[in-house]
Amino acid sequence: MIIHGAEVVLANGVKKTDIRIENGKILGFGKNLSPRAGEETLDCTGLTVFPGLIDMHVHLRDPGFEYKEDIESGSRAAVKGGFTQICCMPNTKPVTDNKVTVTYIRARAAQVGLCKIHPIGAITEGQEGKNLAAIGAMKAAGAVALSEDGKSVENTGLMANAIRYAADFGLKCLCHCEDASLVDGGVVHEGYYATLTGLKGSLRAAEDILIAREICLAESLGLPVHICHVSTYSGVQLIREAKARGVQVTAETCPHYFILTDAAIADFDTNTKVNPPLREERDRLAVIEGLRDGTIDCIVTDHAPHHADDKNVEYNYAAFGISGLETSFALSYTALVRSGILTPEALAKKMSTAAAKILGLEGGVIEAGAPADLTIADLNEAWTIDPASFESKGKNTPFAGREVFGRVKYTVADGEVKYPFAR
Amino acid sequence: MIASKDLLGLCPLSAEEIEEILSLGLEFKKALKRGEKNRSELAGKSVVILFYENSTRTRTSFELAAKFLGAHVVNISVATSSVRKGETLVDTGKTLDAMKNDFIVIRHPAGGAPRLLAKTVKAHVINAGDGMNEHPTQALLDFLTMKEHFGSLGGLKVAILGDIRHSRVAKSNLYGLKKLGARVSMYAPRTLMPAGIDDMGAEICRSREEALADADVVMGLRIQLERQHAGNFPSLGEYAKYYGVNADVLKFAKPGALIMHPGPVNRGVELTSALIDGDTSRIEEQVLSGVAVRMAVLTLLNKEVV
Repeated sequence: MIIHGAEVVLANGVKKTDIRIENGKILGFGKNLSPRAGEETLDCTGLTVFPGLIDMHVHLRDPGFEYKEDIESGSRAAVKGGFTQICCMPNTKPVTDNKVTVTYIRARAAQVGLCKIHPIGAITEGQEGKNLAAIGAMKAAGAVALSEDGKSVENTGLMANAIRYAADFGLKCLCHCEDASLVDGGVVHEGYYATLTGLKGSLRAAEDILIAREICLAESLGLPVHICHVSTYSGVQLIREAKARGVQVTAETCPHYFILTDAAIADFDTNTKVNPPLREERDRLAVIEGLRDGTIDCIVTDHAPHHADDKNVEYNYAAFGISGLETSFALSYTALVRSGILTPEALAKKMSTAAAKILGLEGGVIEAGAPADLTIADLNEAWTIDPASFESKGKNTPFAGREVFGRVKYTVADGEVKYPFAR
Repeated sequence: MIASKDLLGLCPLSAEEIEEILSLGLEFKKALKRGEKNRSELAGKSVVILFYENSTRTRTSFELAAKFLGAHVVNISVATSSVRKGETLVDTGKTLDAMKNDFIVIRHPAGGAPRLLAKTVKAHVINAGDGMNEHPTQALLDFLTMKEHFGSLGGLKVAILGDIRHSRVAKSNLYGLKKLGARVSMYAPRTLMPAGIDDMGAEICRSREEALADADVVMGLRIQLERQHAGNFPSLGEYAKYYGVNADVLKFAKPGALIMHPGPVNRGVELTSALIDGDTSRIEEQVLSGVAVRMAVLTLLNKEVV
């Protein structure tokens, strides 16, 4: 297949070139390639080709919470959002702490056959923070990382062992950072808007203390850790300082942390309830600066789909999370590239290359020999976010009604067009 | 006239709306003092009192207010522990609406719950206290009590001391008092002071003396024992010693400053018994103001229906 007429986001810049794909791999580049006999041409004139987007932080809810999302609806949401690879968090039911669940997720993903799905295993059995999960067996079954996402491993000694043991199997711990005793039932950021709404707040320190702990462990052990969904200015600074002295720490953030602030909670819209919570303007700006200067390696969605019934309740009782797969690219492109903060190449790194590198996945680059994973978008198309049109079962987004730029037109994985969906 | 269908808090009300409630409340209070309890403003209307938290004072006050106005009144108590397992608030609201109720008075432990209910139902929703958010009728009854004594709230200084962090009463008072032109000073242990309340117009003080300096009104807020267990202060005794209001501290306030408290009072903790029972205490007066001001709110919301 030939991808014809598009601007292509390569590692070192954007270049107008055709791309030839063969056997699921990128074969080469050239101007106005002419199709061989039987070769298909995808006319992408006016469009921009990114390396297939990779989201290393997604909740697919399957097995166990299929009423919120399942592997099929999550896969459809992913490719519609431009993702060719996603990694799914282990807070399923049963918890993904064993090889059987890892095997199930991979088999079901292959059956659905849209995007590549890489399971993330739990760090501890049942995510209970007591005994290490079957890390070796999960790795053998195809897990690409470990995480307790949704909470931290409270016991520091156990966390140190987890980082060490995981490293034996080439796995990293993706650390959700939250000191439970400081959060203590808090549902929003502790500040003006928490007081205004009377909703219980939690301090930045609740996140920062665990970021600092994981950095200390990584430094002491000489092993890598990855910090999930950074939301505080102080957390960004902790990671920046750690990187500067050579600690093996990587970090991610989500569109809601660089676009929204806690001002969004003032109307008690439960779609703004997310963990960690939306914070203040200084945090939002620091997260953007962290993305700009490389402190924060990648953008993830923390796609957390929920049924409407989980959100149409009192704020305190509503589920945490935002459905993000179908809005992340446009939100990030609009907020970061169109505003001049990041180049398209930098966005490609944040949304694809970096995650591949952190987790050791194939892909994340457009170069000869790489898998033909491509996200092809019309960057000038303006559209309005409408959750009713989501493929995801989770319609929970605080971005409903927002006008954004950048619409995914084609998602190509291993050389096959996965989106638009085959009829 | 109250512009919106519901009374969710004082934050969204204008000064004029608050003044109108207070004026009518004063009339009702005079009528109550004359013993008039058979009115007809709400004749033929139904009022559901839906409480998800324990309450004696507020519940009784609303019930009497509605009955004195001639309404049919139904009480529903929901044990907090079953809220999350049982019917959702939205479904409860739909059920009550289907019965053609005109008013729902709700108390709920979760901030914002009355707003969720108000979005769901056609009935007028009155917030009788939601989590740490607002308790508008408590603040209104406080204002009515002040207005009776001072004539106007403009230029008054109101000192609020106690558990401000967890207090919906403090916030409703702050919103309303600022709108009516009063100053609000606050003092509490740092553990019981919420973030950013100074940005809402409160003067945060570093001592009791500073908070009370030239105050016209001294308001104590209840200190719950559970806050001690959560490590906010060492003991009620220590709280009383360093943060409570006694006759010595009261000397910093204006002579004759009113003593108020939303109740129930911990004698000797927030305020000493001598102050609670003293000449300038308005704590009992507040209770009758409560019935009157709730009658005013019900009446004004009812008028709004065309």
